[in-house]
Amino acid sequence: MGPNMFAVRTLTTKKYTEDHEAVVFDDSTGIGVVSITDYAQSSLGDVVFVELPALETKVTKGDQIGAVESVKAASDIYAPISGTIQEINENLNDQPGLLNKSPEDEGWLCKIKVSDPTELDSLMDEAEYKAHCES
Amino acid sequence: MTATVLRSRLPSLVAGGRRYAFQRTVPKFTRFMTTPSADLSLSRRGHTQLKKTGLYDFHIEGGAKMVPFAGYSMPLSYGSVGAVASHHHVRNTVGLFDVGHMVQTKFRGPTSAAFLEWLTPSSLTSLSPYSSTLSVLLNEKGGIIDDTIITKHSEDAFYVVTNAGRRDRDLAWFAQKIDEWNNDSTKSEKGKVEMEILEGWGLLALQGPEAAKYLQTLTSFDLRSLTFGRSAFVPLEGFNLHVARGGYTGEDGFEISVPPTETVEVAKLLSHAPVQLTGLGARDSLRLEAGMCLYGQDLDEDTSPVEAGLSWVIGKERRETGGFIGADLVLKHLKDGPPRRRVGFIVEGAPARQGAKIFKPSSNDLIGTVTSGIPSPTLEKNIAMGYVENGWHKKGTEVEIEVRNKLRKAVVTPMPFVKPKYWRG
Repeated sequence: MGPNMFAVRTLTTKKYTEDHEAVVFDDSTGIGVVSITDYAQSSLGDVVFVELPALETKVTKGDQIGAVESVKAASDIYAPISGTIQEINENLNDQPGLLNKSPEDEGWLCKIKVSDPTELDSLMDEAEYKAHCES
Repeated sequence: MTATVLRSRLPSLVAGGRRYAFQRTVPKFTRFMTTPSADLSLSRRGHTQLKKTGLYDFHIEGGAKMVPFAGYSMPLSYGSVGAVASHHHVRNTVGLFDVGHMVQTKFRGPTSAAFLEWLTPSSLTSLSPYSSTLSVLLNEKGGIIDDTIITKHSEDAFYVVTNAGRRDRDLAWFAQKIDEWNNDSTKSEKGKVEMEILEGWGLLALQGPEAAKYLQTLTSFDLRSLTFGRSAFVPLEGFNLHVARGGYTGEDGFEISVPPTETVEVAKLLSHAPVQLTGLGARDSLRLEAGMCLYGQDLDEDTSPVEAGLSWVIGKERRETGGFIGADLVLKHLKDGPPRRRVGFIVEGAPARQGAKIFKPSSNDLIGTVTSGIPSPTLEKNIAMGYVENGWHKKGTEVEIEVRNKLRKAVVTPMPFVKPKYWRG
């Protein structure tokens, strides 16, 4: 009963923003892992520079928290959810190309200690995001 | 990622010009950018007006991603080749660009040289036949209407290439000024000037260290004799084409003008391995590394050639005699120094792009604005160009540039950022 219950309780939820960011929220830790979507990396092209927020920064959903840049353009990254920046992906400093190779996994941007998980409800699920990209 | 920011930039794309410096063209990157949704809305909006060069189908067959640029649908990139790989291919090997959106014009008549010396500060009388020069069309206030490459064929025949994004402005200006010239019996005493727009003609730029080797396989003409800034009619596999040595990349290369009916065939001839088709994406990063201006971004009608760091296009004797439209201000800027100057920067931290503000170090004193900036694929440093107040333009001067509300250290750096490799014989 214990382990099984635990498994059920540990829900990860993946949600998307209109700005082509994804956040994977783990309700057992209260942490949301932020990334850009595969669709975003493919439209941006070769990522050559990533600017990430400072640790411990308190962010409000919609705040600009950094940027992803290709040679041709800079794209701002907005906080998909409110909270505190708990960890950033330091690997991106010398390997920005991870965002192209593995945008939603190895190329994650930062981890946010989420202050209000109900904000996730206003984000898109996978099907809605897919429709958003095709619209 | 923000569609918002990108979208807000897009309108400038539509209005944006482009141009070339020792050559032509180019894009603006941020302008092309795109979240697909933004891109789509733009294309949809501009769909009816977007023009095509003679190579549109050729680009599609080559897997091009087409984007609106200066009123044309132009290739941004081809297939899965990324902007950085494409850039390196031109720096290391050879690439082919369609610049057929640019406006090619011929001026003929006994007073053509004098007429063009009225419209520009260049010394065209002393230019030798089949030589080209970068020049600028100036308005009455000495501001740059467009930058252009002028090639002299003879005293009474000139070939002029101007920017697609400035087509309407330039052609109206030419028409108005020709009219004034031909109706002024003093000016046109020795004969009138006529203009012919080479409508629908192709213009191909073959650029890179292997451009000459490749082109040489197609002609018996000894290309070693065709040095940078020179042009010639060259027999190419049965075609006889105007070939100018130069370009908008800083590499050795050629710009080849092709009659409408021959453009596709010539493009095919010029696109076998190792040549790679190259889009606007790489074109912008190549020209910026070469320190060349993009009209609409780095140059505009409120900027004099002296401010723009283009004093070298002003003919030596013309600094004394003047006699060109806009001379009052230009000569004043030459004599007293301009209020601001275009310079290059290396920027620490994040790339500074168009519109970024430049400050004196550790102060709130705004001294200028960035007009173009990218992370340089060749140097792997952030390069930029922009205008700063006179006095802050000297090599090695430290400034601060604001990117995303943070000040980044930057140092005034001579351009070109990447050493040109022109063929000078």
